[in-house]
Amino acid sequence: MTLTFIARRVVHGILLLVAISVLTFALTEIVPGDFFDDIKLDPSISRDTAQGLRVQYGLNQKWPVRYARWVESALRGEFGISFAYNLPASQLLRPRILNTLLLTLVSLFAAWGLALPLAMISARYGRSILAATTLLIAVPDLIVAFLALYFAARTGWLPAGGMRDANGEGLLLHLLLPALVLTVCSLPVLIRHIRSALLEVSQAPYIRAARAHGVGETRLWTHHILPAAMNPITALAGLSIAGLLSSSLLVEVIFSWPGLGPLLVEAIAARDIYLILGSVLSTAAFVIAGNLAGDLLLAVCDPRIRWRRS
Amino acid sequence: MRPVVWIIVAAILCAPFFAPLDPAAQDRLHPYAEPGATHPLGTDEYGRDQLSRLLYGGRVSLAAGVFATVLTLGLGLVLGGAAGYLGGVADEVIMRMAELFLCVPWLYLLLGVRAFLPLTVRPVESFFLIVAIIGLVGWARPARLIRAVVLSGRELPYVLAARGFGAGHLYLFRRHLLPLVWTVLRTQAQLLAPRFILAEVSLSFLGLGVGEPAPSWGQTLAVFRHVGVMEVHPWVVLPPIIVVIVIFTLLRASDTLKQL
Repeated sequence: MTLTFIARRVVHGILLLVAISVLTFALTEIVPGDFFDDIKLDPSISRDTAQGLRVQYGLNQKWPVRYARWVESALRGEFGISFAYNLPASQLLRPRILNTLLLTLVSLFAAWGLALPLAMISARYGRSILAATTLLIAVPDLIVAFLALYFAARTGWLPAGGMRDANGEGLLLHLLLPALVLTVCSLPVLIRHIRSALLEVSQAPYIRAARAHGVGETRLWTHHILPAAMNPITALAGLSIAGLLSSSLLVEVIFSWPGLGPLLVEAIAARDIYLILGSVLSTAAFVIAGNLAGDLLLAVCDPRIRWRRS
Repeated sequence: MRPVVWIIVAAILCAPFFAPLDPAAQDRLHPYAEPGATHPLGTDEYGRDQLSRLLYGGRVSLAAGVFATVLTLGLGLVLGGAAGYLGGVADEVIMRMAELFLCVPWLYLLLGVRAFLPLTVRPVESFFLIVAIIGLVGWARPARLIRAVVLSGRELPYVLAARGFGAGHLYLFRRHLLPLVWTVLRTQAQLLAPRFILAEVSLSFLGLGVGEPAPSWGQTLAVFRHVGVMEVHPWVVLPPIIVVIVIFTLLRASDTLKQL
């Protein structure tokens, strides 16, 4: 059953991505001016050169034509040519995507790995963890990132920004701080959602029955309450990826992590539309993939869903 | 908690009254001045009064948050209400649109939309630009909630009865469905407004929001970029700290934290 289910969801996801790309292209029509208008500010570049470049990159065409060209180049695996770099967008995006994935996946697993036990503890005992999350939610991600950066710059224990040392080493050390900041920023919301999901299940009659049968507290939480609460929790998985990617953008800019975030900000300043399109599309693809993974996880955890779909 | 919020809002609304100086007036002879009688929070790198900038910046950030919330909920109400009330093709099309907006991370979506609007604009224009972008980007989630409420509300016996008595669509929507939607709108407004204030802060921080010389809270936070300045003039961290405290207070008061 799962294969047809996955296939259907993948097709649905691809259709979504196509729709996003069409919308983005339609938006480019609104922009007054383009990349080559900025180039004309340079006195050594004549009006004719700019116009020639515009023709070369196909910017003199209407957007349906440009879109058709872009689809063609996407099928070739190029996803358009970047104006600023004169390289296929995919070539520029690929290392950035990998870097962003590395950062966000590490933080995702760290955050979930910490959130599950912490939420369980806070659901079982008292409100001190809850109070801590209240405080953390209110502090903007920006501030957490800057505090971490300040700490690194002050103590010199950890590298302040970048991804590798000059000799290409030290990836793990560079990863530590941004990943930590991302984890800390996404943790409080996760804890709160998971905690309320757990608490809701813990009120159920069958939990009381299990307790009356003499199931130990710890086993009760890990084997009876947690699996039953998985349904709302997995729905959170896809959502948390979207949130994580948004925070990741800021963290990447602040820590000069060479991911999609800085590339997007740069591309916006340069009006490099294919790069903008590429980065927006790839993050949308991550979210769609995350939602799919969440649904599969749910099917694994919840036999009702497994049977309904078969 | 509520009175504190009203005091903050009043202080920000009456910024011209409370602010000791013009927020854009430069005093190049006294950059990074210590807090004192003339400058209660000191000055920034151009010698501009920090307290005045904080108050006027709050005006921009709060107004952006409030207007963007109104815009988002207005869009959500119209589109979600139409989807739920009309059903059929309209429902299908609007909900597919909502799905599109939901599967792009919001900051990427925000920047993506920002990318296709003029880069350098006057402060007033950029303010409305920000409001429009933030407002346009967030409509999908409230629209879904409102659609669900309208969908179930449409079948309620008294609504059916009103329709049977010949109530027009607009009357039905205004008189019978809007009160049902109202609670959703209110909780969404409380959730969204602080989040949108933070969105404005993020955008301004990335240099894509309200531009100089107009003050905004995003620029206030940008001080953290300059570690060296913080070392020599530790009091420059005062305004950002106040911003964080104010945002915390607003979040607390808006029940955002209870909703999560």
